[in-house]
Amino acid sequence: MATLELRDIRKSYVAHEVIKGVNLDVADRDFVVFVGPSGCGKSTLLRMIAGLEEITSGELLIDGKRVNEVGPADRGLAMVFQSYALYPHMTVRQNMGFALRMAGIAKAERERKVAEAARILQLEPYLDRRPKELSGGQRQRVAIGRAIVRNPRIFLFDEPLSNLDASLRGQMRIELARLHQELDATMVYVTHDQVEAMTLASKIVVLQAGKVEQIGSPLELYHHPANLFVAGFIGSPRMNFLEARILGADGGGVRVALRSGAEIVVPAAMGGAQAGGTATLGIRPESLRPDPEGPIAGEVRLAERLGGLTLLHVTLAGGEPLVVQIEGGDRTGAREPIRLAVDGAACHIFDESGQALPALERHPLAA
Amino acid sequence: MSSTAIAPPAAPAAQDRSRTRSTLPLIAPSVGVLLLWMIVPLVMTLWFSFQRYNLLNPEVGGFAGFENYEFLVTDPDFWASLTNTLVLVGSVLVITVVFGTLLAVLFDQPFPGQGIARVLAISPFFVMPTVSALVWKNLMMHPIYGVLGVLARAVGMEPVDWFAEYPMAAIIIIVSWQWLPFALLILLTAVQSLDHEQKEAARMDGAGPVAQFFFITLPHLGRAISVVVMIETIFLLTVFAEIFVTTSGGPGNATTNLAFLIYARALLQFDVGGGSAGGVVAIILANIVAFFLVRSIARRLEV
Amino acid sequence: MRTTGRQLLLITILGWGVALLLFFPIFWMVLTSFKSEVAAIEVPPRLLFTPTLESYAEVQARADYLHFALNSVIVSVGGTVLALALGIPAAYAMAFHPTRRTRSTLLWMLSTKMLPSVGVLVPIYLLFRTFGLLDSRAGLVVIYALMNLPIVVWMLFTFFKEVPGEILEAGRMDGARTGAEFWHLLLPLTVPGIASTGLLSLILCWNEAFWSLNLTSSEAAPLTAFIASFSSPQGLFFAKLSAASTVAVAPILVFGWLSQRQLVRGLTFGAVK
Repeated sequence: MATLELRDIRKSYVAHEVIKGVNLDVADRDFVVFVGPSGCGKSTLLRMIAGLEEITSGELLIDGKRVNEVGPADRGLAMVFQSYALYPHMTVRQNMGFALRMAGIAKAERERKVAEAARILQLEPYLDRRPKELSGGQRQRVAIGRAIVRNPRIFLFDEPLSNLDASLRGQMRIELARLHQELDATMVYVTHDQVEAMTLASKIVVLQAGKVEQIGSPLELYHHPANLFVAGFIGSPRMNFLEARILGADGGGVRVALRSGAEIVVPAAMGGAQAGGTATLGIRPESLRPDPEGPIAGEVRLAERLGGLTLLHVTLAGGEPLVVQIEGGDRTGAREPIRLAVDGAACHIFDESGQALPALERHPLAA
Repeated sequence: MSSTAIAPPAAPAAQDRSRTRSTLPLIAPSVGVLLLWMIVPLVMTLWFSFQRYNLLNPEVGGFAGFENYEFLVTDPDFWASLTNTLVLVGSVLVITVVFGTLLAVLFDQPFPGQGIARVLAISPFFVMPTVSALVWKNLMMHPIYGVLGVLARAVGMEPVDWFAEYPMAAIIIIVSWQWLPFALLILLTAVQSLDHEQKEAARMDGAGPVAQFFFITLPHLGRAISVVVMIETIFLLTVFAEIFVTTSGGPGNATTNLAFLIYARALLQFDVGGGSAGGVVAIILANIVAFFLVRSIARRLEV
Repeated sequence: MRTTGRQLLLITILGWGVALLLFFPIFWMVLTSFKSEVAAIEVPPRLLFTPTLESYAEVQARADYLHFALNSVIVSVGGTVLALALGIPAAYAMAFHPTRRTRSTLLWMLSTKMLPSVGVLVPIYLLFRTFGLLDSRAGLVVIYALMNLPIVVWMLFTFFKEVPGEILEAGRMDGARTGAEFWHLLLPLTVPGIASTGLLSLILCWNEAFWSLNLTSSEAAPLTAFIASFSSPQGLFFAKLSAASTVAVAPILVFGWLSQRQLVRGLTFGAVK
């Protein structure tokens, strides 16, 4: 059992506050991912959990016990660093056994645990090599192995895949997901890559400028982003944002008008928004489809053909840009006029302060 | 997650604070001995500089006021030595940095036997100053038997009596020969650390070898050059052995630098008071130089 | 770099030319040391001659080389070991547990190095006389350690700074306390740096010629003093001078050649990033 609680955690350097009060509950076996743009404080937050950075104020609880003053080695955590931070002068075996040696664990026991971790990670043939004789992926696995042998209460990962090439990254992502299941461990993971966040997390924490923007499951964030920032950060290609005017609301939802005059009804409640006010309409590229009868008109400027699917970069009549994701077999090409239809249920309205209007119904996968 | 996690903390020690406290005993010895090494002689030097103190005349003593300083600043030897010190330091710095940079670029190019050539080129750094001064004075620069003299006659020129005609130039040559390898060593490492893609990009942009040197290599070397200047200045301000074994400061005062002047006052004329006054001046001079150097280095090096 | 055959030839000639030019005085010194006194002052000098060891024999007869060489070894190694012993903990503390004062401490240490030895020669001489340290190896060891300490601390500091912070943090996560961190992680990681710092210190000690000339006379005199005693020969004895110079320089030169790779790698003072 391992739970982690953050109670109004703050961090300041001199007068500059970089973490501005984070509250978070991590349940046992959760896979929590911190995402956000660089400089949002996600790594700092992780290092505070690890004990590598002092906590300026707030409380950090592991299994219900305050650990603010506990040293990093005594929190029962293990961390995988971005650079892997393998000890270059030690063999793989020594690297993985180092923490146990420091903890004064007998050699036989150490050997057993290292062998076990090596088996899980398929590192057995490399146990007597030094880090510089290993490939990037193997180093990565040693770093994970070093964490596993300690049998930690919580695993911490600081952008562990960012130094790998794209194909290896995909492979390691799957391996990490498998490890999470196999080890039944609680994991906290930092990344700036929203694909990693979506695929690995049971819970995503979106951070910006030291503040939590939203916490939720990946599909919750995808289908019900709380604000413009989260909506723009989660999902690839990025959500389209169009300027809109709120016309009013009825039982079916909120009716908005685009700059071109096209009207769309989105099943949401007015919340704090006022009829007649300006708003932003969010439409994911995958929710748009070409339709000769569609209300949105524009011209295709560029077609990015990825094979299985094609991304159309469209300029609307009013000049606004829009990305549309269509089937790879579609022949629509550049410099062609296009009309687009959209399902209002897949759209999002954000009020003037950027907050999403509450949806009338939750998406079935994001309950 | 099984329950055999690593043992929970026994004593939640305030680790960060105990760490900072524990570093004091590590630094204290070094700082302590350096402080003693600096302060004690400094205070003594200051004290002696205001005393009448001659080892040959033990009965003459007492407070001298600014007598020693007065004697010093009215002594033409003193001003000559000050100029000589600056000329020596400045010339050697310019020579070693300029040639060191050029040689570093040269030795960065691969050529057959490069490793051995490099070892030969840096060898003068390992030669003790007394030896290099003696070898240069007698084997190289001796007007009759020296190699340079022989060469001059071979091409029909009058051999130069270096230590009589150009004593300061001779000293500068010797000292530069000793320090050029040091500059080469540091600058070569710096040149080698230059990203080759940068040079390739410059080539794509149409920069020839000369333009590459001035616009890519040289700016990259800024940091290394400032390190060379700083370390060399430290040593060049106190050049002594080379003068001691070649010219003994002469002819006249032509090669007397501040270091040699103080030495001559205190240990040849046994005038501790006068020597100490010179020492105080040397310390002040060093501090002026140190102030500028340390400031420029501190700017360049992230400490 | 794309180099044509002609450019390569030019570079090779230039590189070897410069190297041989810089090395020539040393070569000439060794060559002359094997000549007889008469052959040494022959004009024009001859490259081919019958080598003789007579100058070496005479040098040895006049001054006991081994006595001076032993002194050089003792004071150089002693001074270096003492400087490292003092410097390693200080550099460690400054590199890994910096405080607000670290930067100024480091710069202050360097500035003491700029204090010209000659400025403090008189008091040190008098202090040494008072404490009976004149002409003693112990005295010279202490002086050499202090003389090199700022440079040693600075070099070590730059090496320690290069150790990736994440490795030490991993060590902390793995439960390595200050002592274990030092022995198991830092020391093995920085052995090359410590070695090249030690090398430089050894070379500087071996060649130091200010304090050794002024503070020693016979008992503790190292090779720098040995060689200085040949500086004012009655008449010109080039061969003897060369022989004495050769034996004074040879140990450190050979040592320098053997360790130059190590030295080259380390001698950057943080100037290369």
